[in-house]
Amino acid sequence: MGLSNIVENIGMALTSLRSNKMRSLLTMLGIIIGIAAVIAIETVGGSMSGTVTESMSGMGINNITVSLTQKKSNDGTSSDGVMLRWFMDSTPAEEDLITDQMIEEYLAAFPGQVDHISLTVDAGTGTIDKVGDPDTTISATVQGINHDALAATGDDAPLLAGRWLNDDTDAGRKLCVVSQKFVEQAVGGPVTDAIGKRVTLTIEGMPQDFYIVGVYKYVENAYSSLMGQSSDDTIVTTLYIPLDVARRITGASEGYQSITAVAANGVNVNSFVDTTGNYFASYYTRNDTWTVKASSISSLVDSLTKMLSTISLGISAIAAISLLVGGIGVMNIMTVSVTERTREIGTRKALGAPSSAIRLQFITESMVLCLIGGIIGVIAGLALGSLLSGLIGYAAKPQIGAILIAVGFSMAIGVFFGYYPANRAAKMDPIEALRYE
Amino acid sequence: MANKAALAAQIARAVTGSVPRRRCLIRMQGIRKSFYIGQPNELEILHGVDLTVYEGEFVAIVGESGSGKSTLMNIIGVLDKPTSGTYTLDGVDIHQAKDNELAAIRNRKIGFVFQTYNLIGRQSALKNVELPMLYAGVPAGERVRRAKEWLTRVGMGERMRHQPNELSGGQKQRVAIARAMVNEPALILADEPTGALDSQTSRVVMDLFHEMHEKYHKTIVLITHNPALAEECERVLTLRDGRIVGERKGGGVRGAL
Repeated sequence: MGLSNIVENIGMALTSLRSNKMRSLLTMLGIIIGIAAVIAIETVGGSMSGTVTESMSGMGINNITVSLTQKKSNDGTSSDGVMLRWFMDSTPAEEDLITDQMIEEYLAAFPGQVDHISLTVDAGTGTIDKVGDPDTTISATVQGINHDALAATGDDAPLLAGRWLNDDTDAGRKLCVVSQKFVEQAVGGPVTDAIGKRVTLTIEGMPQDFYIVGVYKYVENAYSSLMGQSSDDTIVTTLYIPLDVARRITGASEGYQSITAVAANGVNVNSFVDTTGNYFASYYTRNDTWTVKASSISSLVDSLTKMLSTISLGISAIAAISLLVGGIGVMNIMTVSVTERTREIGTRKALGAPSSAIRLQFITESMVLCLIGGIIGVIAGLALGSLLSGLIGYAAKPQIGAILIAVGFSMAIGVFFGYYPANRAAKMDPIEALRYE
Repeated sequence: MANKAALAAQIARAVTGSVPRRRCLIRMQGIRKSFYIGQPNELEILHGVDLTVYEGEFVAIVGESGSGKSTLMNIIGVLDKPTSGTYTLDGVDIHQAKDNELAAIRNRKIGFVFQTYNLIGRQSALKNVELPMLYAGVPAGERVRRAKEWLTRVGMGERMRHQPNELSGGQKQRVAIARAMVNEPALILADEPTGALDSQTSRVVMDLFHEMHEKYHKTIVLITHNPALAEECERVLTLRDGRIVGERKGGGVRGAL
């Protein structure tokens, strides 16, 4: 079979499909729906995991989060539970918390492997009176933070004026580092002029005066754009204060429910996560209710990717059923087509077509039918996927691999479900076929 | 090929001054065909047919319906195999051939012309004439060239792009004749080629067959129940109840049909 015969077969297939446009379209529908579903979910899933992975990587791929977690009664702990436990409403007692002493010992135990430890205390949302206009208030997220962690945020949001907070010399002092956006909202004027300005911060009904020592660059991140904070006035930025000040405001005890160890560059984070987790867990062997778990962004990304692929798998299963039904539809219509064209088959055989040529002709027709369905499905799926991605605020990421597989798979469906009717055509007795009315 | 053979025959005649022994194209001996073999309703249609057709002959096989005409035609056309007997077509023993070989024989050695034209719908006249060459593996350019040539010869040069449903019966049959001729077969097998045409158009189609016979020296076997049609041929064989019961020379009269 030469190339020209294949071209000829495709031409004949297109002629035949064109002559029955409505029927061809209806037959393709199952394939179109199936392929479109797969492509749409792949596009949405791809854009979701792509965006989430990107933004999470931005948060620090070297970060190892060490957090307290309740022991299960049977001590069967699973790493997948880490995320859930963050939201559990149970408070550890003061003696259960991770202490500064543990952190120092940990740093001493792994010299050179830890870049720094990030310590934070969330003090909730505070309101700040606008300078010169006490009736207007601005909201900000107040966070106590150690110097190393604050300085590390400078990788993404560099300091524009002033300085970061210092752990030793600033301890207990009511100083703050604010965002460029905050300066616009609450102070006004150039950022350099904001240094040393006094702002009145009210948290839990208690107004306190803070002095601005540093201003960092405001960077719009994927998370805030995702939450739809687009209006300048409503943007809530983080106001950083010394750790112990935050602790005093919130009444928190000395110690941490969660710390973040940032691994030095070149350290294998995935294995160092376990080392870190085991190290801290050794402090809790005799604690009945609490232990610590260590996790990293990459492990979170892993579990997220796993979750997304599970969802994709579920939808793919539904799509597979649609493709199966579509394939059976193709088989049905091809059988009808073979019967309708019995005389044509007889004539072709009389003119000297071998069985293989007849088989190839009908398989090509079925394959072309499914291929067109597949391509329409891919286009519909991309459109639907882009639409859905747009609706939930991600940039659509068409998955080239998935598109190629979908197109190839639709062709395979054509061959598979076209074989039986094509074989029936090939095996027809030319005399019977010529006599067929 | 047939051209050369005819030329050789002419030369031989000129040199020897006598009528040479013509080459045998179809040789059938004791052809029997039964259906439902081994079943209670077993039925023998052909009861031992002997048939010889020489190269370059124009032969008519006439018979009433039920005489076994169609069955004989199917066997001559290698669409079916006889139950017993021998059949040699252009030197090839049909009995030995497998299905794919039979297809190749039909493709290269036989050109069919049917009563119902049997053009492929929704394909242009040109594509229809190309079809036998497609199955013969002729390259695309060559196919188009030869198809156009034959369509022009049958007077359909102006309507090559037309589809069968845009053509009249006579025009369809002319396309069918071009399709039968295009692979230069040894034999043209025509089954009631004028059966669906009015008398005027029948005349045109029959004249075309005569042209194919005289100008291109094609061997033609015409199967018909119409005595007037048979009378135009060189030799007329009468089939009755599955046997050839008569053989005579045709009148050569081409009258109104």
